[in-house]
Formats: sequence, structure tokens, C-alpha cells
Amino acid sequence: MAAIEILGLEKTYSVGFWRKKPKYALRPLNLTIQEGEIFGFLGPNGAGKTTTLKLLMGLIFPTAGSARILGMEVDDPLMKAQIGFLPEQPYFYDYLTARELLDYYGQLSGVDPKQRSRKVNEVLQRVGLPDAGAVQLRKFSKGMLQRVGIAQAILHDPKVVFLDEPMSGLDPMGRREVRDLMEQLKLEGKTVFFSTHILSDAEALCDRVAIINQGDLQGVGAVADLTSSVHGKVEVVWQGPAVPPALRALGAECHVTGETVRAILSEANQDAAIEALRRERLRLISVTPVRTSLEDYFMQKLQPTLATSGARA
Amino acid sequence: MSARIVHIATNTFREAVRDRVLYNLIVFALLMSGASILVGQISIDIERLVVINLGLTAVSLFGMVIAIFIGIGLVSKEIEKRTLYTVLSRPVRRWEFIVGKFFGLAGTLAVNTFFMAIGVFGSLLYVSRHFQKQDGWVLVALYFIVLQFLIITALTLFFSSFSSPLLSAVFAFSLFVIGSFAEDLRGFAAITQGATRWLATGAAYLVPNFSALNVISLVAHAQPVSGQLILYNSAYALIYATMAICGAVLVFERRNLK
Repeated sequence: MAAIEILGLEKTYSVGFWRKKPKYALRPLNLTIQEGEIFGFLGPNGAGKTTTLKLLMGLIFPTAGSARILGMEVDDPLMKAQIGFLPEQPYFYDYLTARELLDYYGQLSGVDPKQRSRKVNEVLQRVGLPDAGAVQLRKFSKGMLQRVGIAQAILHDPKVVFLDEPMSGLDPMGRREVRDLMEQLKLEGKTVFFSTHILSDAEALCDRVAIINQGDLQGVGAVADLTSSVHGKVEVVWQGPAVPPALRALGAECHVTGETVRAILSEANQDAAIEALRRERLRLISVTPVRTSLEDYFMQKLQPTLATSGARA
Repeated sequence: MSARIVHIATNTFREAVRDRVLYNLIVFALLMSGASILVGQISIDIERLVVINLGLTAVSLFGMVIAIFIGIGLVSKEIEKRTLYTVLSRPVRRWEFIVGKFFGLAGTLAVNTFFMAIGVFGSLLYVSRHFQKQDGWVLVALYFIVLQFLIITALTLFFSSFSSPLLSAVFAFSLFVIGSFAEDLRGFAAITQGATRWLATGAAYLVPNFSALNVISLVAHAQPVSGQLILYNSAYALIYATMAICGAVLVFERRNLK
């Protein structure tokens, strides 16, 4: 079953003094996210990621199109009780302590009063803030606020979790913890929809990704599919002091790092290259086909728009 | 009432308390103590009149300032700081948020008025050594002041649902001033002719009639307030505040939270 269905969702703002000029924040978007998926919504800053999330949360209204979450309309309170949302760069009522804030959100989400205190403690533990429950949020660092933000998004055990730039403001340890948490949510059967412009996070976590730029969907697919297309080249790595002339003759593109040499060459020359290394008695470490990384795919999808903006400039 | 409205109202009240809004009570207490001592020394036979006039006017002004300055930020601050995003992404309807905010601020003002009322009665006791039967009318004047707070809170909430905090404050304060002269405006409308009469009458009935809700002078002179006026004023404040909140809800239901 689809957890999220987006059908021709569109958002246009009118700008200018007489509000005549349309500004497209999101061009008709069609997406389906299945239950239990970790779905990455990728794009550069200002691409339309946050606009899409705000439309899904009912914070702004679409110019056209519609969306359904868990088969319900986006303004249905029954649906909202089953989703969690972390906004970008979250800010909370800073006069409250972390525990009071989570308790308040638990009340609004309809969490059973008898279980609320236990759930608050559990979620604080889960985001790595077990001792910060009694501290007022105005004393929290950016990273701690981000953790509280994640805590409030998962407090009521939602089926679908929307996270807008969840790694923002976190140190490498924190990013790792959030990645682990997202994987854990997937194991619990939850659907995670998260936006990011950090491609390595998406590559490491997502089952599928969509790439959006200037409000336009550029591509969507499984990370494995997007990154599996082979260039027809191989990467040969060996240990040795220098590059044998025979390999240069095969047209290898070589990079020497200390005692390790990496060479990218045509797949057709792979056997000849291995033979040349054997003749020179050099220690072969690996031979791997060169695949498209998510970054390559991302850049490839963004290239036409970048070129158009460049031409316009 | 929906449990979510109660939770939002409680949080709004807690915010006001934690932001030290009730500290104004200290200033009020000092003002009343100082005035009572001073009045006790310089007035002869009119101590009660001066204390009631001064006390109730101060209650009204302090409350109005709090209503306007908290009210203008009730919605706009939540949008600006994006705290609203995590509230409205939960099973909270937009109208519940507005109504919860209204009750939260109204509750803050009621508590504030309660403590200020104790100050007024304390001063009365100090200057006249005992309470009199007609002092009960002071409670009616305080009730009317609370009704004024309900109207101005609803209006401020209405303005803050679509305009900036500064403009909301200007609109609300202007309406408070104009509304305090609503009876004069109605008198003016009655003596004009033609289109001006229509315009003046429309404006006179559109602005909140705060002058009808002001019985400070009456109770200071120990005059009774009719039951009919209490009934009319209660109904008027209820209807006016409900209409202003409905207006705020209508605007807010359609607002894009950019």
C-alpha cells in the first residue's frame, strides 16, 4: 500500500506589486512512496523540498493537485495523529523544558496520559538526551534542538515520519546516530520521507530517491538502480612505486597516492592491464567496474538546469 | 471544549507567566500602595472616590496594554519562529489553535485582574478602614473591564491573523481609543445628514462600544449599575468577541504559513 501519494501537486506564488507575475515554487509533482520505505527527497537549496513538505503537512495550500497520506487527505486529523514532522532548523517554545515540550506535543497528538511520561523518557533516551529533560530549551545548542525536534516527531509512534534536513546542525557523531535511528524506524515498519542536500546520507540510507530542482522533479528511482549503470570502465588498484609504461600505453588514467596506484581504463583493456602488472611483479589489490555514484546522477540531472541558469545569467 | 484547545490555552498561559508578564502586578501594587498613602494624606472625604477611580483605571490600562502586546504576537510570533509548524502538523485544527490562544490570553488577563482587584480592595480598606455595601459595585466595574479585555483580545487576535505585529498593535490601540468614545460617535452620527450620517452610524456601531462598558465613574460615586446593563453588556461582549474570533479563524484557515 502507498504511504504517500502525490498527484499533480503544484504551488505558485504571485509576486510583484500587482501580484501578476507567477513564481513557480513547485511544478506539478507526481510521486508515490510505499509503506516501509526510506525515501530521500534531494535537491539543492531552494529546489522546492520544503515547499513540498509544507504542502504535505497542510501548512500551505496547493495551487493545483492533491496528496494523500495513508489513504487520507492531508488535512485529516486522523491522518495527522499517525505522522511525525521535523521542520527545517526547528525552533521550539524556549520557555519550556525538553520534557514539558514533549509532554505538550504528546497531549496535542492524543498520547494516552498514563503512557505519556514513559514515552517522553524513552524518546529522550532514544535521541541521546536522557539527562537534558529538565533543562529549558533556551539553553540548548543547535544540535540538541535538532535532537529534540526528532524526538517530538517520533514521540507518538507515527506510521510515517517526515524529516526536513534532519542532519542539519549535527556533528558527525550526531549524524551517525540519526542515520541509525532512521534505519531503526525502517526496521519498525515505519515510512521515512526525508529531504536533504547531503548526498552521502541519502546514498547510505534510502531505498529510493527523487531529485528536484527549481520546483521540477528531475528523476526518481531506487538508489541501487540509479547508481548501478556501468561506464564501461574499470578501476584497477595495485601497490607499487610507479606506473608501468605498458599501462600508460593502454590509455590508463592514473593517480598515485603514496605506495598505492589507482588507474581507470577501458573494460576491454582490463586483462592486458592485469597481465602487465603481473609481468612487473606488482601486487594487485582490486579490480572493480566504475559505477555511477548518486552524486554523478545528481549532477547529471541538474546539469541542464544549471546550464540554462548560466545562459540566462 | 476540545482537549486540544485546553492544552493550547494552558501553554499560552504558561508562556505569559514564564515571560514574566505578571511582573506588572508588582508595579501595580507599588502604584496602589503609593496612591493610597498619598490620597489618605491629601484628600478629605473623597479618598474612596479617588482610590476607586485610580485603581480601576489602572486595572483597565494595565490589562489593555498586556492584551494588546501579547495578543499581537500570539499568531505572528508562532509563524515567525515556526513553532506553529510542529503544532499544526498534529491533529490540531487551525480554529482550535486560534480559540486556544484566545482562551490562554483571556485566562492570563483574568488572573492578572484578580490580583489587581485584591490590590484595589486592599487600598480601599486602607483609606476607609472598612468595606461598605456599595463597594460591591466595584466588582461589577471589574467584570465590565474583563469584558473589555475579551473584546480587545479577540480583536488583536483578528488583526494578528493577517498583519504584522506593529500594525496589529496600531489597529487594536486605535480601536480601543475610538471605542472608548463610541457613545460620542453615536451622538455625532445622530446630528449629521445624508451619506455622512450613514457612514458615521456604520462606524459608530462597528467599533467596540467600550464607553458602555466603562462604569468606573458611576461606581466611584457609589451609584448602582442596573441588572439590564449587566445583561446587555455581557451579551454584547460575548457576541462582539465571538465575531472577532470567527473573523480571525476565517482569515487564518486560508493563510499560507510561508
